[in-house]
Amino acid sequence: MAHLLLRHRDIPDIGKLDVYKKNGGFEAFKKAVTSLKPQEVTDAVKASGLRGRGGAGFPTGIKWSFIPNNNWPHYVVANADESEPGTFKDREIMECNPFQFLEGVAITAYAVGANAAYIYLRGEFWTVAAILDKKIAEMQKAGFLGDNLFGSDFSLRIHTHLGAGAYICGEETALLESIEGKRGQPRIRPPFPAVYGLYGKPTVVNNVETLANIPLIVEKGANWYKSLGTADSAGVKVFSLSGHVNQPGNYELPFGTTYRELIYKNGAGVTEDRPVKAIMSAGASSTMILADDKALDTPMDYASVRTLGADLGSASVIVINDSVDLDWVINKTIHFFKHESCGKCTPCREGTYWMQHLIERIARGEDVKANTELLNNVAKQIQNKCLCPLGEFSTMAVTTAIERFPADFKPSRAGGSHG
Amino acid sequence: MLAEKYPEEVKKIFAKYPPEQKRSAVMPLLYLAQRDEGFVTKAALEDIAKMLDITSTDVAEIVGFYTLYHDEKAGKYRMQVCTDLPCALRGADKFLQELCGNLGVKVGETTPDGMITVEAVMCLAGCDKAPMFQVQSGDGIAYHENMTMDKTMELVAALRKSGKEVK
Repeated sequence: MAHLLLRHRDIPDIGKLDVYKKNGGFEAFKKAVTSLKPQEVTDAVKASGLRGRGGAGFPTGIKWSFIPNNNWPHYVVANADESEPGTFKDREIMECNPFQFLEGVAITAYAVGANAAYIYLRGEFWTVAAILDKKIAEMQKAGFLGDNLFGSDFSLRIHTHLGAGAYICGEETALLESIEGKRGQPRIRPPFPAVYGLYGKPTVVNNVETLANIPLIVEKGANWYKSLGTADSAGVKVFSLSGHVNQPGNYELPFGTTYRELIYKNGAGVTEDRPVKAIMSAGASSTMILADDKALDTPMDYASVRTLGADLGSASVIVINDSVDLDWVINKTIHFFKHESCGKCTPCREGTYWMQHLIERIARGEDVKANTELLNNVAKQIQNKCLCPLGEFSTMAVTTAIERFPADFKPSRAGGSHG
Repeated sequence: MLAEKYPEEVKKIFAKYPPEQKRSAVMPLLYLAQRDEGFVTKAALEDIAKMLDITSTDVAEIVGFYTLYHDEKAGKYRMQVCTDLPCALRGADKFLQELCGNLGVKVGETTPDGMITVEAVMCLAGCDKAPMFQVQSGDGIAYHENMTMDKTMELVAALRKSGKEVK
């Protein structure tokens, strides 16, 4: 099947405005603005079964329907903070198929009555922001952005906003704080952004990949979209495959593809032909999946991945072969979360600090049994006690690595082997 | 003063946000302030604070919170190597060690000519193209992916050359 999101793989110049237009570009936006009511667009997205691609998997149309019509203006914010270790799909969409994403932003703005949209990019995406600025200017010039679009009374402007290196800004309320010129720390919810978002106004925050799906749904219909994928996971998904595979990269696949297919067919197998030891299904925030035959043959959709004690999340699949020990792996993830904890909630700030100390003791071979028990204990005390999921995420790999791979935390070992 | 030095850029930045929400301009203004020296000076903190009607402490806390803002001088180019899990599974730790060895510095240090600072950073969304790093300078950020040590040392030589010409 031809790519629906990574369309540049079939049409290399799709990033050029004339090529995008020639291939049906902006027809969906025009159709929405000239022949559909905003509510009808929202209804179509609801009926399509599209779920947020940033990780949480919340139904997109339902998110939009929370926007109240008694408080104005409204905003649309595209979450292009893409910072989860193992995730690099949004970057490819924005770099190579930018207009489909921008058209998605525009249709979303029409659906929720927003006249301004912001794209929040992680600061490292400096060149991606430059690309988008250029594409936005081209859209403006071609009459797809600005005032009275397609002769209607709908007006829209899109702006990019660069972050500056903070994983936490992928959390939507921290992201909004960051656009407002503050430290990126999560807000207490409720109220949710749909009610109290950017500048305290109703705001829809959607992931880049989610938004890139919108033109397809408006153009081809909810039923068509729903026919792709599985019952609870409609459509296609871009899987970011990394780690111990021969061909890492992004692969656009229907939901329901198995890990085995992704790793051995798309990824061309495991490096050094070793067996897969563990899979992280959603980047560094994942639990550690023991890669037995059952796991490898599990279809990648929201419900099936859950049966493995894991989440599909942003579908960032990190493959780990048997050349490394998992104490080394969680040493990496703990350092990441310790660095990225914003410091607002004590269990996360102090908990990640102590997890780091404990995993370093384990790495040095110091009283491995006692320190592993203590590490597990500290991790469990972080859970369910923080405002945003970061604290929770920091513990997922830790507790499940200890539980599912006890041999990697044996007292006899003096530090694990390294990658 | 940023408004005098970069009037066009400052105007463009403010145009992005509602007039009553000018604090939103703090992040892009800080990037602008880093352009010359590669870090934010005390004078720039004051300048930005005045432009936005906030205190210089408000601006300083933004500099402190986000990793891409710096309050101290470092090398003209910051080579920021990703050593997070996916890159590490593809040899990023070894790559960083080798780079440090070749430049004669430790992680966090700057080469004696003041050109290159080597840093280890968190995930840069280039996991499938490891080893990889970004180079941050006053002018912005550029990615370098699927790197070998030979290609990296060629880049270092080119940066040293271009850096000297600018000065």
